[in-house]
Amino acid sequence: MGSGTAVAPEPRRPRSKASPEAALIEVKDLTKVYGEGESTVHALRGVSLSVYHGEFVAIMGPSGSGKSTFMHLLGCLDRPTSGSYRLGGQEVSGLTRDQLAAIRSRQIGFVFQSFNLLSRTSALENVELPMLYAGIPLKERVDRSRVLLEQVGLGQRMDHRPNELSGGQQQRVAIARALANGAPFLMADEPTGNLDSASSEEIMTLFRHLNKDKGITVIVVTHAQDIASWAERIVTFRDGLIIDDRRARRTEASS
Amino acid sequence: MSIGVLMRTAWMALQRNVSRSLLTMLGIIIGVGAVIASMAIGSGAQAAVLKQIESLGANLIIITPGSITSGGVSLGSGSRTTLKLTDIDAIASNILGINGVAPYSQTSAQVVAGSANWYTVIGGTTPAWPSVGNWNIAQGTFFTKQDVDRVAKVAVLGSTVAANLFPAGGAVGSIVVIKSVPFQVIGVLASKGQSGFGRDQDDIVIVPITTHQERLTGQTWINSIMISASTPETVAGVVDSTERLLRLVHHLAPADPDDFTIRNIANVQQVRAATVQTQALLLAAVAVVSLIVGGIGIMNIMLVSVTERTREIGLRMAVGGKGRDILLQFLIEALTMACAGGLIGVGMGIGISFLVSMLGHWPTVISGFSVFLGFVSAALTGVVFGFYPARRAAALDPIEALRYE
Repeated sequence: MGSGTAVAPEPRRPRSKASPEAALIEVKDLTKVYGEGESTVHALRGVSLSVYHGEFVAIMGPSGSGKSTFMHLLGCLDRPTSGSYRLGGQEVSGLTRDQLAAIRSRQIGFVFQSFNLLSRTSALENVELPMLYAGIPLKERVDRSRVLLEQVGLGQRMDHRPNELSGGQQQRVAIARALANGAPFLMADEPTGNLDSASSEEIMTLFRHLNKDKGITVIVVTHAQDIASWAERIVTFRDGLIIDDRRARRTEASS
Repeated sequence: MSIGVLMRTAWMALQRNVSRSLLTMLGIIIGVGAVIASMAIGSGAQAAVLKQIESLGANLIIITPGSITSGGVSLGSGSRTTLKLTDIDAIASNILGINGVAPYSQTSAQVVAGSANWYTVIGGTTPAWPSVGNWNIAQGTFFTKQDVDRVAKVAVLGSTVAANLFPAGGAVGSIVVIKSVPFQVIGVLASKGQSGFGRDQDDIVIVPITTHQERLTGQTWINSIMISASTPETVAGVVDSTERLLRLVHHLAPADPDDFTIRNIANVQQVRAATVQTQALLLAAVAVVSLIVGGIGIMNIMLVSVTERTREIGLRMAVGGKGRDILLQFLIEALTMACAGGLIGVGMGIGISFLVSMLGHWPTVISGFSVFLGFVSAALTGVVFGFYPARRAAALDPIEALRYE
């Protein structure tokens, strides 16, 4: 890494008094109900799940299974109707919008299917974005962004704009952005849905690297079996409930 | 998010669509430009009136002959021949509280001095004229009562005329010829400069009123009478008593209308000030309307922009943007647009003012206050009309926003 002064932030460990074995994510009896009266939809009907530091989890299920709703709740983008969600030891199910924004800022890194990079904005500035909201000073923002882009293999393309990058490269910018504030876990929603198989493999390899070498917890939501097979643990949803939760047999040679 | 970052973000968003941003600003530009230009023109007129009053004296009363109305067609003020030199004597000997009274008639003619000549205004009056009209003598003397009585062919030159006919100096004692009549130059007036409305007051030649009537125009009446009241407080009383005196002297029956018009500069000033105020109010209304229209334009475009950038808003929220951050981002974008429009408007207002004073020869005064007022009202418009779209952006649900196609 070229820059001597800047160091990419290490993933945050929970500061609670919890023992090292305490779960990063601890969900109990989570429900989510949309609408009222006859149009009521029970998207989640009581889900319990624990995810530990350093796990690589795939969440699967057909559309309408509740996996997207569950992902939104895990990502602190939405609040459950009932149940408990502890993230890093902190109960977050009852927080306000702005408090949830603060949690997202520091604890969660999002990777989206459609990358969601700001157009006409350089890769470097895209990576800076979360740090703007976290109030990081300019110099540190730029230094960190450079280190992160080098980590994802885009050290030579920092000034490129999204339309000057391939899909795989754009998704790597998005991953660098997700890591900007040192979040302990990455939440990826169909991260390879818009990519060809070669790029998909690159991205999944990058996730595995971040998981194995940096200790970052990765949760990937997907409906593709071959993507899920990169994970160590596959959680399957159907009709708003977890119907399967198992350790996967590694199908790929570890990189 | 720091204000600097917010402003840079706003600037980048506006640069993305320059022509749209400019069109959106148009209402603000016109509104602010109208504020600046109207205030510049209004205060220029005010300053011109004040300057004119200053150069004439605030206590000045001017009497002109009444207008002729023939078959319903008024020929305008001064078209009658009712004012005579005898009126001057009557006023001088009967009216109290005046410093002086002087007749004033004027014609235009070519003035020749040796090989030089100059077309100018020839005024006829009496020795009281310099004190009544606030004039000073720079060289030589003004003519005397004896000169008037014996119809002397003497002239006093305005400084512009003197400079053009006698560029090397030595006007006093020289001879000038006006309408084939030789006049001896006995004095040169001190310069008064331009009147408030750009007329050169020094472009004038003054001769005795009797000489003016008998040698130059042949008219037996006088064009106007100037009275200088001793103090501003006596002006009203002098106007009243002069009116009564002139009705008596002119043998008007009680039912007859005045055959003359008496005006004092203070009146003229009040009327003008009221007119200028009315105009300023009207222009202010125009400015307010165009600022409101401009504000609605900004609100409209900001609403479009919020819709277009729904996904961006969702992303910003997902990576930690709080409601306040999003609100400020769009509010500052609207504010930046309004302020940029305000700046352009200020420039346009100043440009229009310059054009008006250069092409229209209308005096304009651009005050710092009008620039401040224009800019602040633009900024205020931005905040007021940017708030609703910004609040809508901030209230978006991050999940819905991220899903938005």
